[in-house]
Amino acid sequence: MPSPTHVSEPADRLATSVVAPSTAPVVSAPARRARLTGTFWWSLALIGLLCLVAVFATQLAPYPPNAQLDIVALKSQPPSAAHPLGTDQYSRDLLSRMLFGARISLSVAMLAVLLSATVGTAYGLVAGYVGGRVDAVMMRLLDACLAIPRVLLLVAVLALWSPVPLPALILVIGLTGWFEVSRLVRAEVLSVTQREYIVAARALGASGPRIIWRHVLPNVLNPVIVAAALGVGNIIILEAGLSYLGIGARAPTASWGSIFFDGSDAFQATWWIALFPGLAIIVTVLAFNVFASALRDALDPHQLAGDRAR
Amino acid sequence: MADPLLTIEKLRTYFYGESGVARAVDGVTFSVGAGETVGLVGESGSGKSVTALSVLRLVRPPGRLEPGSRIVFEGRDLATLGERELRTVRGARIAMVFQEPMTALNPVFTVGEQIAEVVRIHAKASRHDAWQRAVEMLHVVGMPSPAERAKEYPHQLSGGMRQRVVIAMALVMNPALVIADEPTTALDVTIQAQILELLQELQRRFGMSILLITHDLGVVAETVSRVLVMYGGEIVEEAPVKTLFAEAHHPYTEGLLAAMPRLGESRERLRTIPGTVPPPTRWPNGCRFHDRCPYAWERCTSEHPPLYQIGDGHVSRCHLAEEPARRNQPHDPFIMRETSAGGGRDGVRGARENTAERSARS
Repeated sequence: MPSPTHVSEPADRLATSVVAPSTAPVVSAPARRARLTGTFWWSLALIGLLCLVAVFATQLAPYPPNAQLDIVALKSQPPSAAHPLGTDQYSRDLLSRMLFGARISLSVAMLAVLLSATVGTAYGLVAGYVGGRVDAVMMRLLDACLAIPRVLLLVAVLALWSPVPLPALILVIGLTGWFEVSRLVRAEVLSVTQREYIVAARALGASGPRIIWRHVLPNVLNPVIVAAALGVGNIIILEAGLSYLGIGARAPTASWGSIFFDGSDAFQATWWIALFPGLAIIVTVLAFNVFASALRDALDPHQLAGDRAR
Repeated sequence: MADPLLTIEKLRTYFYGESGVARAVDGVTFSVGAGETVGLVGESGSGKSVTALSVLRLVRPPGRLEPGSRIVFEGRDLATLGERELRTVRGARIAMVFQEPMTALNPVFTVGEQIAEVVRIHAKASRHDAWQRAVEMLHVVGMPSPAERAKEYPHQLSGGMRQRVVIAMALVMNPALVIADEPTTALDVTIQAQILELLQELQRRFGMSILLITHDLGVVAETVSRVLVMYGGEIVEEAPVKTLFAEAHHPYTEGLLAAMPRLGESRERLRTIPGTVPPPTRWPNGCRFHDRCPYAWERCTSEHPPLYQIGDGHVSRCHLAEEPARRNQPHDPFIMRETSAGGGRDGVRGARENTAERSARS
C-alpha cells in the first residue's frame, strides 16, 4: 500500500469541506452520563455500603457471630448500649450475627447471579447466533427447564442434600436461575445479528467466535446487567426463604434468613430477633431493585432518544 | 478484457422459504477487470444486493449458493473455497461498503478501534501499530483531525463521516476489489457527491476495482465505465456507460432512464415503470419483464430470451433484438390490462408478497 502519510490534495479539500456538517448536534458522552439520576447514585451508594459492611464484618462486629456469651444472663436481651440490636435466645450478639449474615446473604446472591448470568448469556448467545435446528433444540430444552417450579426443585435438592455446603448452595441456586436470562439474551442476539455491522464484520473477515465476542456480546449485555441487578434482590429473598425453611445456610452460620427463622418462633416476646434481619432484607432488596430500574433507564437507548426529543 | 480480476459465472443464489424457492439470483455471469469500475443497477428486489453478498459468500441460511456457480477471483473459486481461506479474502482482498453507515458500525466501539480491528484480523500488527494505521486511514478518507475522531463513537459522527469510516475500514488492507452496495443512498445529496468523489479519488490512488451497486442511474453515469442492469435475478443488459445512456436496448433499461428526473426538463409527473418486481418465488414464464413491458408480445410470454449481442460490449436479454420493428408499436403493459380487467386484487397480493420476501432477505 502506498504510504498514506502524503495525502493528496483532493482528500484534504474534501476534509475541509465537511467540517461544517460534523458540528451537527449529537449525543455526546456527557449527555449520557447526565442520565444517571440521583436514584441511581443513592441506591448504588447503599449497595456499596452493604458490601463494605459484609467485607469488613470481622472488623466491625463487636463479638464473634456464633459466640454464646452468657447463656443465662444474656439470653434474649432487648437492644441496649452493649448490644445495640439485642441478643438471641442463645445469648449471641445480634448485631454481630447481622453483620456476618450480610456476608452470607450478599455473597450467595451475588455469586449465584454471576453464575446464572454467565451460563444464561453463553447459552442464549450460542442458540441465537447459531440459529436453525440447534436453536430450536436448545429453546425446547429451555422450555422444559422453565416448566420446573424452581422453589420446589430447590427444596427437593436441598432437603436431600442436608446440610448443604455454601458453594453447593450457590451452585444450586445459580444453575436454576439462568433460564430467563438466556431467553432474554437469545431475543437480543436475534435482533442484533440483523444489524448491518454484523454482516459488515463477516464481510471484513472476522471469524464466528470473534463476531460473537466483539460484536454481539457487548450489544446484548445491557438487559443482562439490568436482569442481574434485579436477580440479586430476588435471590436474597429466595435464600432467606430457604433458610427460613431450614434448608439454606447451615444451622450455626448466620444468614439474614436463618436469623429471621431464629426469631420467628417468639416474635411477640423477642421481636428484635426477627425484626432487624427482616428490615435488612427489605432495604437491601429495595436498593437492588431501585438500582436495577435506574440502570435500565440509563442504559436504554430508546429512553435516550425520547429525552433528546423532549 | 484480457485478464479480469473477478469472473462470476452462472451465479445462482436461492432462498428456501416456506412459500417456495426464491430464486433471488438466477444465473448471473459477468466480470470485473483490474482497476475497473462496474455499475450494477436495478430496482429493489432485482437481486443486486444478493449478488453482492454472494460474491463473498455472505448469504446465510435459508439462502445458499447453488452448485455450478463459479466466482473466480485471483485464480481461486470463492464458491467452493473453505470458510477459513474465505476469511483471508474477505476484508483483505475484497471489501464491502454498506448502505447504512448508521448501522454498519458497531455502536459500542470507537471508530478507530473498529478500523484497527480489521488490521488485527488480517495482519500480525500490535495494538499500537493497528491504531496508528487506523488514524492514517481516517486521514486518507478525508476525516478532519483523525487522531481525535478515531477516539469517538459512531453516534458522535454525522452520516457522511460515518460513511468515511466505513470506507476506511474497507480500504485499510488495500483490497483489489471494493463492492459498494448503495454507498450513498442513505446520505444527503451534497454528501453523496463527496462520498462518490472520495471513492473515485481513492481508486485513482490505490488502483482497486469497484463494483458499485445502486438503483440510481445518476450515480452510475458519473462514476462507472460499464453498467450491468439486473432484473428478476438476471442480467438483462450490459453496456459501456455511454452506450447505455445513448442507446439503451432493453425496455426495462429504457424505463429506468425515463424514470430519471432531469434538470431543466419540466414534466407534469415523473414517469414510472408500472407494477413492481414480481416475487422471486414466482418469476413469470418467458421474459421475466413481459408483464410490465410496453412492447411484449406472445413470444415474450413463452420464450425466455437469451442475451443477444447488440453491439461492441453491449448485450440485451430482449427478443426485440430479433424483431426490432415491434419497438414502434408500444402498448399498455399486461399488468395494467389485468388490473383493469378486475385482476387488481391479484396485483396487490403480488406486491405485498414481494415486500415480505424482501424484508425476509434483508
